[in-house]
Amino acid sequence: MNKRGIQMIVEEIMKTDLATLKKDNTIEEACHLMESKRIRHLPIVDDEFVLVGLVSDRDIRDAMPSRFLIEQDSEVLNKPIESLMTTSLITCHPLDFVEEIAALFYEHSIGCLPIVKDQKLVGIVTETDLLHSLVALTGAHQPGSQIEVKVPNKGGMLNSVASIISARKANISSVLVYPYQKDERYKILVFRVQTMNPTRIIEDLKKADFHVLWPNLPGVSS
Amino acid sequence: MSGRSVFVYSDELLKYKFSSHHPFNQVRLKLTLDLLKKTNAITDADIIPPRPATEEELFLIHDPNYVNAVRLAGLGKLSEETAEGYGLGTEDTPIFPNMHEASSLLVGGTLTAVDQVMTGKADHALHLGGGLHHGFRGKASGFCIYNDSSVAIKYLIEKYNVRVLYVDTDAHHGDGVQWSFYDDPNVCTLSIHETGRYLFPGTGNVNERGQGKGYGYSFNIPVDAFTEDESWLYAYQNALKEVADFFKPDVIFTQNGADSHYYDPLTHLSATMRIYREIPRLAHEIAHQYCNGKWIAVGGGGYDIWRVVPRAWSLIWMEMTENSNCYGSLPDDWVSYWQEKSSVALPIEWDDPATLYPAIPRKDEITEKNRLTLEKALYPILQKKSNERIDT
Repeated sequence: MNKRGIQMIVEEIMKTDLATLKKDNTIEEACHLMESKRIRHLPIVDDEFVLVGLVSDRDIRDAMPSRFLIEQDSEVLNKPIESLMTTSLITCHPLDFVEEIAALFYEHSIGCLPIVKDQKLVGIVTETDLLHSLVALTGAHQPGSQIEVKVPNKGGMLNSVASIISARKANISSVLVYPYQKDERYKILVFRVQTMNPTRIIEDLKKADFHVLWPNLPGVSS
Repeated sequence: MSGRSVFVYSDELLKYKFSSHHPFNQVRLKLTLDLLKKTNAITDADIIPPRPATEEELFLIHDPNYVNAVRLAGLGKLSEETAEGYGLGTEDTPIFPNMHEASSLLVGGTLTAVDQVMTGKADHALHLGGGLHHGFRGKASGFCIYNDSSVAIKYLIEKYNVRVLYVDTDAHHGDGVQWSFYDDPNVCTLSIHETGRYLFPGTGNVNERGQGKGYGYSFNIPVDAFTEDESWLYAYQNALKEVADFFKPDVIFTQNGADSHYYDPLTHLSATMRIYREIPRLAHEIAHQYCNGKWIAVGGGGYDIWRVVPRAWSLIWMEMTENSNCYGSLPDDWVSYWQEKSSVALPIEWDDPATLYPAIPRKDEITEKNRLTLEKALYPILQKKSNERIDT
């Protein structure tokens, strides 16, 4: 399968409805905004919407006095955000590839990526957004049945299986190809098919001598 | 526990028919009613005909453009391209003549059942033509065109201002109904189904709990493929008792798909007639305990129309009417009349034999996994309960 065919770009998944603050807003204001929007990251911008920093809920927790201290120091809450925001930031561009930025999350152990274009903040991608786009790749968000076929690891297999499915006029909502763990001479093709009645497709596949795993709980077959 | 029950039916319901080889086959309604008649469990006085749903009633849930598309499709006037966008003309929901009228009658049948119960004419009402839980606001899906259950629940809220507990025991996840009320705390949905790992529609995970104000009012118990009676019933009975106690509904609405049976050709569970005896029994108990008897029951899936559905669905009516004449042999005249029309040997008793299927390997692991799934699904309720115990 052509890898570029399924590659999404950042602007397709980034959030553009942004909650931001200025660097002289107080920590208390940041707390309230995060709570009311149920978010964990706040980009800090200047008057021109140029990104100057980022505050996470963890930055704020770290700055709070310990709950074991009896006297609550409310002074902390009145300090400007500037005092705790992160300023050396990893950002990316709306045209970056989703697969590539996914690696940044792992490499730098970060929870969100601000998206910057022309110096200005235009969006944000969080771990959750990334996960949602991966779920969309599997097609699991649309009603469908899952069919798994074990095939020899050689050319043309995907094509043969797909044409059997399409002969039954069933719409394929996604395809994944897994290596077969026990034997590298095989692959598992996973199809999500938009039908409640895959039985005839499965019969056709079996007639064509394909090995259908459905469902494939080890030691049990239907 | 007693009260009048009504059975919503007319032969007109059989016009919801995709084609002669489609697995969704409403001849099962006829088979069920005939079994009840030959058991002397129902009289003509118990049966009331369905009325069609009005357009305004369909619009409670469905997009007017979609309703219009269904009507045009039934007249042969919808282009193939437009149809596809609405999920019509597919292998699952092919176009058939007058499909709008047939589907509206099916919705209206469920509304008829609702009105009977809510106006006090009956305590319980059964409409086996309904239960089309996959229908979406603007799209046909999984053999369902209009979603009678969603429309009826919205109708219950708007017209009668009640809180509804929806219980779905079909082998497939009740996705259409769940998404209709996902943000509504006046409707609590509970669906027990085969896991969506392979099976349509793929949703119904434990962590689908609702959103916004409706968070915490959707419950899902996905059981593993090959689940057997005991493990299935353990999940059902515990879940329904806890959820009913938590939600305290005014009305209970049950969807009774009969496709979790070992014989069902579309699913992979290993249940027998035993669960179909117990499902309505507990629903009936809950109806009297919390809802002053108000219980509306509909059908749903069920694709072994000869060996499974007639017995399973008859048992709902037998439970509603507290008729215990449902053990031992099936009436001879029912078996002999239908046997020649059936391609498989009909059962001759109400219950299944113990030797229905070979032993399931890994049974203990499946049972354990289902128990953990149940615990996860009920976690918020049980947590709340144990906090309350500590507080008091």
